Amino acid sequence: MSDEPVVRLRGVTKTYGPVTALGDVDLDLLPGEVHCLAGENGAGKSTLIKVLTGAVARDRGDYSVAGVPLGPRPSPVETRDAGIGVVYQELSLLPDLSVLDNLTMGRFPRRFFGIVDRAAQRRTALAHLDRVGLADLDLDQPVRALPTATRQLVEIARVLGTRAKLVIFDEPTTALSEREAAALLERVAALRDAGQTVLYVTHRLEEMFEVGDRVTVLRDGRLVATRPIGEYDHDSLIQAMVGRPVQNLYPGERHGIGPPRLEVRGLRIPGFAAPVELTVHRGEIVGLAGLLGAGRSEIVRAVFGADPVHGGQVRVDGTPIPAGSPRAAARHGVALLTEDRKESGLLLELSIEANVSIASLGRVASGPVLRGGRERRHVRQAVEGLRVKYGSFDDPVTSLSGGNQQKVLLARWLATGAKVLLLDEPTKGVDVGAKADIYQAIAEMARDGIAVLVVSSYLPELLGLCDRIVVVRERRIVGELPAAEATEEGILRLTSPATSAADLSAPKASTAPMTPQAPLES
Amino acid sequence: MTTRDREVTEAAVGPESPTGQGKTAEPEVLGLGSLLGRGFGGLPVLVLLVLGLSLATDTFLTGTNLDNLGRQVSIYAIIAIGQLLVILTAGIDLSVGSVVGLSGVIAAKAVFDTAGSGSVLLAVLLALLAGAAIGLVNGVLVAILKMPPFIVTLGTLGMARGLTLLYTDGRTIQPLPRSFTSIAGGEFLGIANLIWLTVLIALLVGFGLRRTVWGRYVYAVGSNPESARLTGVPVRSVLLSVYALAGTLAALGGILLASRLGNGVPTAGTGYELQAIAACVIGGASLFGARGSALGALVGALIVGLLNNGGTLLGIDPFWLQVAIGALILVAVGVDQLQGRRRVRRGA
Repeated sequence: MSDEPVVRLRGVTKTYGPVTALGDVDLDLLPGEVHCLAGENGAGKSTLIKVLTGAVARDRGDYSVAGVPLGPRPSPVETRDAGIGVVYQELSLLPDLSVLDNLTMGRFPRRFFGIVDRAAQRRTALAHLDRVGLADLDLDQPVRALPTATRQLVEIARVLGTRAKLVIFDEPTTALSEREAAALLERVAALRDAGQTVLYVTHRLEEMFEVGDRVTVLRDGRLVATRPIGEYDHDSLIQAMVGRPVQNLYPGERHGIGPPRLEVRGLRIPGFAAPVELTVHRGEIVGLAGLLGAGRSEIVRAVFGADPVHGGQVRVDGTPIPAGSPRAAARHGVALLTEDRKESGLLLELSIEANVSIASLGRVASGPVLRGGRERRHVRQAVEGLRVKYGSFDDPVTSLSGGNQQKVLLARWLATGAKVLLLDEPTKGVDVGAKADIYQAIAEMARDGIAVLVVSSYLPELLGLCDRIVVVRERRIVGELPAAEATEEGILRLTSPATSAADLSAPKASTAPMTPQAPLES
Repeated sequence: MTTRDREVTEAAVGPESPTGQGKTAEPEVLGLGSLLGRGFGGLPVLVLLVLGLSLATDTFLTGTNLDNLGRQVSIYAIIAIGQLLVILTAGIDLSVGSVVGLSGVIAAKAVFDTAGSGSVLLAVLLALLAGAAIGLVNGVLVAILKMPPFIVTLGTLGMARGLTLLYTDGRTIQPLPRSFTSIAGGEFLGIANLIWLTVLIALLVGFGLRRTVWGRYVYAVGSNPESARLTGVPVRSVLLSVYALAGTLAALGGILLASRLGNGVPTAGTGYELQAIAACVIGGASLFGARGSALGALVGALIVGLLNNGGTLLGIDPFWLQVAIGALILVAVGVDQLQGRRRVRRGA
């Protein structure tokens, strides 16, 4: 690990107007190491990656790959040819093309007149897939048909196929379930053991400790330190990232759980084996745990009426709400924070103010006419206590960072006076500081009597936040655990389909006590 | 950008606004940046054109010419404002030109058959209803059957034009009684009825978009229909209302055109849909939805009208004028793109 670095950055600086996105950053990536990049949103991680890939040009500083210096503004093609490969957060595969075409896109083996050499194409593709353990994948199916985790492996295979000297992973596990993420980390470790240099960027500290060799911490565009990961523990790493000691990320003990607020009775969701029964009480936070695709999102979406159901009833404070209508659900005090902010949450062209008030315009209007001043006060009140960092309410919502956008969406529903809050992956792509704010806000809402149902793939989050955890597996509710007694291991045992019934019926001493099939009363 | 639009509405519409609604918002300062910004919907271009034409010709700033210009632009502007509503929802309405033709002959035939003895008001209502009905058909196909707006309105474009020709047997309906032609020909306080009507519609739609719940919903649907649906916005009703209004305003344009020409021509309004789209785009609207304003559409229509009018006054070849207007659309959108890019870079 002490030979010539694969990538060397010296004094790299990038400014956007008055904002220094990267200031004088040095970085050495050594052969065969997994180098982690840590920092809050806006610390400069994305800019660093963009400089490495040539997506943005650095203002100053030197950049060399395997000892060969790159020009002042290398193009993405040049950096790729130099050996920089990236596995993107939002996958860059073309969903309608086959696995085969995706793997060889841009580098089709050609015969005369540009005719693609199909046989050679297949051989190359299979060789690439073999390196990520997917040698038996059907090359001709469209990428769209693959599960997310498999798609990601195909993407990695594609990057490896460019003979990358450095593979950059940018938040690779955000879209993966716990188990898939674990598999991916093993894959990363295997690549490292085969001598591949990896730059690994993630919000999940656990992953850094699991797979990282060294870690570089960035804060406000500056290099804080590059050290072997073993010199940090969880708290000291957060402290290095945030620049101040962070107390407990999760709000403490809560109390005052009241009568049932959200009652889901016999809800028949398409694709579910059994009708869903679920109760959330006033002031209670219930977590929905399960693997990706187990049906967690489907449950919250069905409760909200976002997708049609075959039957059953959802009641809020005893009042049944009409099925299949988000508008009716919202009117009855149900709120849904969707998993994908950009696709189904934000109104990207509109201002921060319009994004907050859109669900509660009735409260700021006299009849059909909006009242500007009233709307402004209403919005100000809704974002209060969420610590949203914004310039002006009139700025476009896209001017905010991911965490602040999520807070805007929370404020949108707070402004409606919601009684039931359904949260689907509320901290996806959100940095540590904003996470703590969001947890705090959720806990405060619960204290005000709101019934909260949280879907999360991140078990520490569920354990830290919830009173009760309901486990979903293969589109049915399979059990529930009081959070105080639950452990990650205990939940994982319930969520994973591989666990046989025999294993379940004989819990080991280390697992938490479970109450399978008793989801009705807590 | 929303702010800028709001500033525009307040700055330009507020003072003339009879209800004074523009003054309820918090005071905002107009900077040079926002003046040239895209939200301003082509107003600087308009001012430049007016200044240029006033200096270059003696005939531009005369009452007759301005009156003539106003009458010409009015009908385009009314149709463009309807088109804008659809464009704000990221849709497009290609049928408005055909609706102009259909509503024109419906109104014309109604007054012609009764030879002026029947009610002109009834004829007008009938024609408006026809426009609204075609708009509703568009709306139902787009909002409920989820068909792409381009295809839907391409279909109704053909159907409405065909129905118009069938209804009239391809013949022009004339002469029309004075009671009908005086709608567009008349004036009030020395200013043509057409101009009054256009200003009134621009104010009403502008108010609706900026100051009502419905208006906010229109922008929300145009920004992201799925996000809008999941926040309880009645997406279907919004789309229905927008297409129905576009059809109704196109029908109004058709009635005014027939009234102005004094006859019902079955081919009237051909190509108006493209004029209307051009006006919206020049006036700052984005075909991807959620960006644009009623004032912008009005200004866009004025710019196109001014170019035509100025070209005639200056004796420029009308063929070259067509090239110039086409180029203007590209410049408007190009500047928009550049500004967007610069903004993204600043914000990154």
